[in-house]
Amino acid sequence: MSAIYILWWRELRRYSRSRAQMVVSLGQPLLYLLVLGSGFGHVFQRAGMGNYFQFISPGVIGMMVLFSSIFSGLGLLWDRQFGFLKETLVAPVSRLQIMIGRTLGGATVAVIQGLIVMILSVLFGFRPQNWLAIPAAIGFMVLIALCFAALGTAIGSGLQDMQGFQLIMNFLVMPIYFLSGAIFPLTNQGIVLSFITRLDPLSYGIDGMRNVLGAPNVAFNPVLDLVVLAAFGLVFILFGAWRFSKIEI
Amino acid sequence: MIRVQNLVKTFGSFTAVNDVSFEVAEGEIFAFLGPNGAGKTTTIKMLTTLLQPTSGSITLDGLNPKTHHNQVRQRFGIVFQDPSLDGELTAWENMELHGVLYHVPSKIRRQRSEELLKRFELWDRKDEQAKKFSGGMKRRLEIARGFLHTPRILFLDEPTLGLDPQSRNQLWNHVKNVNETEKVTVFLTTHYMDEADRVAHRIGVIDHGKLIAQGTPREIKDSTGAETLEDAFLKLTGDSIRDESASSTDQLRQFAKMWQKGGR
Repeated sequence: MSAIYILWWRELRRYSRSRAQMVVSLGQPLLYLLVLGSGFGHVFQRAGMGNYFQFISPGVIGMMVLFSSIFSGLGLLWDRQFGFLKETLVAPVSRLQIMIGRTLGGATVAVIQGLIVMILSVLFGFRPQNWLAIPAAIGFMVLIALCFAALGTAIGSGLQDMQGFQLIMNFLVMPIYFLSGAIFPLTNQGIVLSFITRLDPLSYGIDGMRNVLGAPNVAFNPVLDLVVLAAFGLVFILFGAWRFSKIEI
Repeated sequence: MIRVQNLVKTFGSFTAVNDVSFEVAEGEIFAFLGPNGAGKTTTIKMLTTLLQPTSGSITLDGLNPKTHHNQVRQRFGIVFQDPSLDGELTAWENMELHGVLYHVPSKIRRQRSEELLKRFELWDRKDEQAKKFSGGMKRRLEIARGFLHTPRILFLDEPTLGLDPQSRNQLWNHVKNVNETEKVTVFLTTHYMDEADRVAHRIGVIDHGKLIAQGTPREIKDSTGAETLEDAFLKLTGDSIRDESASSTDQLRQFAKMWQKGGR
C-alpha cells in the first residue's frame, strides 16, 4: 500500500513542480474552447443544434483529461530514459503496485487539469444545468483519466524511443480526440463514422459529461455511457498491468 | 555472500554470458572487469533480478533470486551505470521515496537519510532538486540512497563513469569507508584499472561472456607478468577495440540531452 501511495505522491509532486508545463498544456484546450467555441457558434446555432459553447465545453474538458492522462502513462518512456524506472523495478515491491501507483498519480493529475479547464470554461460562459451535477461530471473525468492513464502505461511499456512517441500522438491520441464527438455531434452521422466513434472510449466519457451537465446534442443514455466507459477502463487497466509486468530493462 | 554457478544468458543466437562461475565472500570488494560488451552489465542485471538467466544458478546471501524475488531485492543496493534519480525531486525526497519502497520504517528512514546525506556531504543541499546536482553529487546521492535500507550487498555498475579525478577519489573513499563500517559486500564494475587495483580485494576478468581470470590484483598481475593491472588486462583481453552498436536507448539519451539544453 505504501508503495502505491509514494508513487502516487511522486506524480503529484512532479506536477506541482512544473508550473510552466501546467500553463503551456492549457494552451491547446483554450484554443479549441475559445476559437472553435466562438467561431462555429453561429453556424451551429443556425443549424438548430443549440449553443455551441455549451456543447464544446465538456468536449474540451474531456480532451484535457485525455491528453494529460495518456501523457502521464507515456511518461514511462522518460523514466526509462532518465533511469528512474529501474530504481522502482529493483525495489522489493510488486510490479502491479508500481503500475497502480503510477496510474493513479497520472489520473489524479489529469483530473486536476480537467478541473482547471472546467473552471476556465465556466469563466468564459459555460453554464451547467445544475451545479449539483458537477460531482457527477467529475466522476466521468475520473473514469476517462483512469482509462487513458492505463492505456498510456500499456503503450509506454513497449516504447523505446521518441519516434514511437510521435507515432502514438498522430495515430492514436489525435484520432481518439477527433473521433470522440468532442467537437461535433455524434448524432445523424454516416454509418462508417458512427461505427468508429462508437469504438472510441472517449465518446462515452464526453457524452456522459454532456448528459449530466445538460449540454445539447447527447448521443447515448448516461447509464450506457457509464457502463461502457467503466468496462473500457477495466480492460485497459488489466492490459496496462500485464504490459507493465513484461517490461525488461 | 554471492555465489554464481555456470551462469548463461543468451539473447537469440548471441551468448552474452557464457558459463560463468565465481564466488564473493562476505565483506569483500569484488571488481568485475571487462571490455565493452563483455557481459558485465548483463551479469549485474541477472544478479539483481532484472533479467532471468537462461541457465545456471545464482545465490545471494543464501537466497535464490528467482524464487525469493523480494527478499533478495531487500538485501542489495544498486547504483546503475546510468543515473536513476528522479531529477524533479529533491535529494531528500529521493531518499524518502526509496525508503518507502524498501519498507524502511519512517523513524529509521529519516534518521538514516540524515546520517547518510551528511556522510556523503549532501546534507546542505538536501532540499535542492537532483537535476541541479553535478555528476559527482548525483552519484554520491545514488550511493547514499542505495545504503538507506542497510543492504548486505552493494552493486556498483561503472559508478565513476564521467567523473573528475577528485570526485572519483572521494567516491571510492566513501565506498571503502562503508565497506568497513557497515560490513557491506561490494560488487563493482569499472573501466579504470587503477581504481580496481586500489579498491578491490579480488578481481574477475570477463571477455566475450567468459570469465578468463580471477584472483587478487597481485595474483592477476603476477600470472600475466605485467607491471600494472592495465597491462595485465590488455594481455588478457587483447587490444582490439569492441564497437558496440548504439542502442535505441543511447539514441534517446542523445535526444534527451539536446532537449534538456534547449528546454530547461
